[in-house]
Amino acid sequence: MNQAQVEFVLRIADDSLILGHRLSEWCGHGPILEEDIAMTNIALDLIGQATSLLNHAAALQGEGKTGDDLAFLRFDRDYRNLLLVEQPNGDFGMTMMRQFLFDAYRTILFERLQASSDEMIAAIAEKSLKETKYHLKHSSEWVIRLGDGTEESHARIQESLNTLWRYTNELFYTDAVDEEMHRSGILPDLSDLREQWEDTVNRVFQEATLSIPTNNWKQEGGRKGMHSEHLGYILAEMQYMQRAYPNMEW
Amino acid sequence: MVTTTEIWRWLEEVSDPEIPVLTVVDLGVIRSVETDGKNAHIVITPTYSGCPAMKMIEDQIIEKLKEKGVVNCTVALTLAPAWTTDWISQEGRNKLREYGIAPPENEPDKTVLFAKPTVVPCPKCGSSNTRMISLFGSTACKAHYQCNDCLEPYDYFKCLK
Repeated sequence: MNQAQVEFVLRIADDSLILGHRLSEWCGHGPILEEDIAMTNIALDLIGQATSLLNHAAALQGEGKTGDDLAFLRFDRDYRNLLLVEQPNGDFGMTMMRQFLFDAYRTILFERLQASSDEMIAAIAEKSLKETKYHLKHSSEWVIRLGDGTEESHARIQESLNTLWRYTNELFYTDAVDEEMHRSGILPDLSDLREQWEDTVNRVFQEATLSIPTNNWKQEGGRKGMHSEHLGYILAEMQYMQRAYPNMEW
Repeated sequence: MVTTTEIWRWLEEVSDPEIPVLTVVDLGVIRSVETDGKNAHIVITPTYSGCPAMKMIEDQIIEKLKEKGVVNCTVALTLAPAWTTDWISQEGRNKLREYGIAPPENEPDKTVLFAKPTVVPCPKCGSSNTRMISLFGSTACKAHYQCNDCLEPYDYFKCLK
């Protein structure tokens, strides 16, 4: 087993899993029916991506575990998702802002991963990219509509950006895992990731009349398993059935 | 002796669980069919990563082939190359329109940001004076539109490529 490769796949998989779970909390609570459907559809895409990625991670581990075992039976410190994706939904604008900051990053990541030397990762990236581009279209349009909307919508989504901005530095987090993935060709060159991402967000924020916060405090830790208090609550809800009734299926 | 041609024909009797007017062949999710004359191996691909219909499609294929006398049929899932709406057959497109779902328009792959909504003619009256209600519809593969002329609300099978 290649430990770094498992770690790398878990990072991408957990981003999809946790954000998908977060978005699914909107089911039945959307501000309008169409957006309720949109958010649950996006959640479905993300959970589908998580399924493929976690199955792949389980296969790479070679310990006889399944993707479901990894989704439902790890402890909080074993999850590798970004702090950004575990942040609470807040209002609809907050959810769209979180989604936009993430989609802008994911689109670039999946574009590059299509050339991964790990054929399974390349296949999942090619498939997921088509979905992610569509998510980006949706989230960027809402950021513009709310930012360049009424006085209240503008103030509220600007506040969401102020709250979430501190978590964006982690999108570009790299460590020995990434270095090893680069060396083996599993992770193609991403040195311009931040530049490309900033280009997308700056263009959209300009159109949305939003300004990037000047407070540059950055919070990170998710990639190393150091999470905010919110993850525990998500896992409690997500894992309850498997913990209470081991191996149950329906 | 069973032939691949026969199996392909039988698969045309398996419909998509979400859009029953389409067969799995029309939809383009069948990627390959192999047989040694007795057993069959079929490879399918999902339309979307989280498409909840895949398991049901797999079960229905196995069921259909069993009904035709092929007892040993295995179904595998592949992700690459990724499914595209270009694989929906012409017949499938006609069936969608008759069913009231606008088939995918051949959209160029333009930039994601700041793109105008695609013009999708109404499947009921044919008017191009329509508007997009929502980028997402009743299933992952559809968007929601309404016709400004006949007022018909309808699903658009969104272009994916």
